[in-house]
Amino acid sequence: MSDWFMVTLAGKDRPGIVAQVTGALYEAGCNLGETSMMRLGGNFGVLLMAQTDKGAAELEAALRPVADELGLSLHLEPVDPQLHRHPEPDVCITVHGADRAGIVAQVTRAAADAGLNILDLESDIGGTEDEPVYVLHIEGTAAGGVDALRQALEPLQAGGIKVEVRPIDTLIG
Amino acid sequence: MPVLKILTYPDERLRQVSAPVERFDERLLERIADLEETRLDGPAAVGIAAPQVGWFERVVIVDVSGRKNTPNHGRLVLVNPEIVDWEGYVVGREGCLSVPDYTGNVIRAERIRLQAQDPDGRHREFDMEGFEARAVQHELDHLDGLLFLDRLVSRRRDLFRRKTYR
Repeated sequence: MSDWFMVTLAGKDRPGIVAQVTGALYEAGCNLGETSMMRLGGNFGVLLMAQTDKGAAELEAALRPVADELGLSLHLEPVDPQLHRHPEPDVCITVHGADRAGIVAQVTRAAADAGLNILDLESDIGGTEDEPVYVLHIEGTAAGGVDALRQALEPLQAGGIKVEVRPIDTLIG
Repeated sequence: MPVLKILTYPDERLRQVSAPVERFDERLLERIADLEETRLDGPAAVGIAAPQVGWFERVVIVDVSGRKNTPNHGRLVLVNPEIVDWEGYVVGREGCLSVPDYTGNVIRAERIRLQAQDPDGRHREFDMEGFEARAVQHELDHLDGLLFLDRLVSRRRDLFRRKTYR
């Protein structure tokens, strides 16, 4: 019996988190699927798919000591893996401007209403503490078309943010 | 004409350097026809290189003429192609018949000058840009045993990896 789990770990960043977490999984006989790991502020977040044939309790037992030692929260969720079925993004959206509350909510609401399905989103706050700059990058599939998406997001620029919608032309060769 | 089997990564044969074509004969034309049929059989590929079907000679086919607003030279069969000049660079998303279910960002020259022979051995020269130039660079890499995986830059950020291209 083989099961897939979505494993999330988060906590204060320090060197060695990825090596210790993935080392513990390897020693426990687990396989990794797709993963995403990143530093956010002074913190580190891990989102990974792990396969085990020993069940959730064994997986948790393998990770718990490492999570505790590193001071990370740990959560497991059984999932349907759906590997090898990547939807291809056909649009990317870049938003930047002075940081203010609600940018992500406004952009993603308008985009969702225009048919966007988000495949990947990352946002960052740059600039200084006095003058923060917000940068948002989204990739997804535009079920209603790229032009419709551009039109839907255009009005948001009146609020002083810059919104760019570009098609992703994937070359297959 | 048969549709040929596409070699897929990590098949080591994709890593070999292909040899120049020396004989421009009927057999070459037949193999080119099979290569084109194989390209058209797959999922919307704008190009294919001979080594992708286990034919290790310097032949590629590129055709971006089916795309809207894309400058192009029509369907190009390029034998012994060589990029002799290039200018600018641009990041774009690529996938490959030989690498199913994965796409990634790759930096390519924006404009290139290309010399090649046609299937009858005549020497040709092309100036090309944009998507067509990208397709040619992708296919020519196959002739030298390179895949777009060798040139990946970050998918999440347009940061350029500090790597010296081979």
